Amino acid sequence: MLKIALINMNDSKSEIEKQTAHRNRKNKRFKGVIIAATIISTLPLLFILFYIFRQGISAINWQFLTHLPKPVGEAGGGVSNALVGSILILLVSCIIAIPVGIVIGIYLSEETKSRLAYYCRLAVDVLQGIPSIVIGIIIYEWIVRPMGGFSAFSGSVALALMMLPSIIKSTEETLKLLPESLKEASLALGVPYYKTMLKIIVPTGLSGILTGVILSISRVIGETAPLLFTAFGSPFMTTDIFKPMSSLPLIIFNYATSPYEDWHQLAWGASMLLILMILILNIISKIVQSKWKVQF
Amino acid sequence: MIPAITFKNNGINFKEKAFKKTLTLSAIVAVIILIAIFFTLLVNSFPSLKALGAGFFYDKTWDPVADEYGALPFLVGTLLTSFLALLISTPFSIAVSIFLGEYYKKGIVAETFKNVIDLLAGIPSVIYGFWGLFVLVPIVRIIEIKLNVPPYGVGIFTSSIILAIMILPFSVSLSRQVISMVPDHLKEAAYSLGATRFEVITKIIIPYTKSGLFAGLLLALGRALGETMAVTMLIGNTHSIPTGIFSPGNTMASVIANEFSEATGKIYTSALIEMGLFLFVVATVINIIGKQIIKRFTL
Repeated sequence: MLKIALINMNDSKSEIEKQTAHRNRKNKRFKGVIIAATIISTLPLLFILFYIFRQGISAINWQFLTHLPKPVGEAGGGVSNALVGSILILLVSCIIAIPVGIVIGIYLSEETKSRLAYYCRLAVDVLQGIPSIVIGIIIYEWIVRPMGGFSAFSGSVALALMMLPSIIKSTEETLKLLPESLKEASLALGVPYYKTMLKIIVPTGLSGILTGVILSISRVIGETAPLLFTAFGSPFMTTDIFKPMSSLPLIIFNYATSPYEDWHQLAWGASMLLILMILILNIISKIVQSKWKVQF
Repeated sequence: MIPAITFKNNGINFKEKAFKKTLTLSAIVAVIILIAIFFTLLVNSFPSLKALGAGFFYDKTWDPVADEYGALPFLVGTLLTSFLALLISTPFSIAVSIFLGEYYKKGIVAETFKNVIDLLAGIPSVIYGFWGLFVLVPIVRIIEIKLNVPPYGVGIFTSSIILAIMILPFSVSLSRQVISMVPDHLKEAAYSLGATRFEVITKIIIPYTKSGLFAGLLLALGRALGETMAVTMLIGNTHSIPTGIFSPGNTMASVIANEFSEATGKIYTSALIEMGLFLFVVATVINIIGKQIIKRFTL
């Protein structure tokens, strides 16, 4: 009897050991799978960056940056009009979106409980989720149709509408982090509320707000869909914001879907330019965030 | 709360009031913009709503020349590409979230991967489309020849792959946060009972975070439904109902992108805007549900 029990115990012990080994193996294998899947997820980015830089580097030269696109069949030519257009359109959308975004952000950071703040926050969330093509339709109906034609200005408004939510959110989040005592100290000294907000609170949180603004620019700089029926694109150099204007994403779309090799080359160059701009903006925002931190 | 202080000095008092008014007004403007967007879409899709009615969503022919507008092919195309993209990207997004939320929370590895995933969200849609057109399409064409299906290269499958890459960062950013928020005492209790990390992840973390993970997927789906440029460049733009995952098709967003600026005739334009309205409503509903789930999770 005793012998049998002993054997059983030995058996069950080895059984447990076996099971433990099995569980450990499973544990290791799972970690391996997770790491592998994560690495696979990052591969597309590397492939895309590598391919675009390989194709784009040969396209970018002085002529590319300073010349207008040439007609089909002629080699060379550049994207100067699109570059200028992109910068102008973004500049105007910044002028529209930054003040409005910051003011709404201040409101939301100050009012946390009111009903208006609740609906405002909801509206901002919803605005952020609207497909970009729908923004294009809206601006077409609001601005392009009443003004009687495509214009860079309408494109700027469309991009401004897309920038707003992230500017509002970053302003709100940053200002909420500031201690209440800062505001109270200022108010206790008899500084009026609006001066407290504009001269104490906003400057203190400036780096956070700036980071949000830079990131929102980097997010809309490559937006194409809202520009299709607003800025529309133009083969000429123009600085009149009430005329159709070209921009980098628009020419990438138009040239990429064209059948001409020369145009593809221009599109690769423009893609590389666009990606470089986005990378630089991201790096700047990282620097602003770390070097010039909101600390309390 | 905005403090209610009054000053004897009238100049300051005026500025004070003006400032507060501006703040409140700006918040009202944000709400009004959203309402205006909805009504603009609604009013402009009236002609099509009236002329086509519910047939808009089950009619199979889209032929502007014959004045026939049935959006079923595009509805099918949109749903097919979005869900296929979600199917492809979900295993990866959950893996990355576990990687960043549990295995490597801090340190240089975590930072590197976090930045790479963030950058994935930063690449413009049109560049994804361009890259897809020149790199992915030839590869898919080879696969299609091997599988003995018509080698279009472009189509539902190609678009879904690009979409899967594009929506990955959106679900990761949420799921990662949710996973890293699992309370330590739950995990430690399991470890003290002798659980392995694998068991902690599958039996504690995932059940605990499943509503948050679901919200992440939902938000990613919302992105996929409205994604325009990359899909427009890769889906092949045909007006018939896709017969399989390798066949070309069209999504609502890509039809709008292709045809809106050339649309003539009231009902044609209006039908396109109605699709915009549909996308808007679906994206909004998905967004709100997702946000509610997150709110309940974090409370």
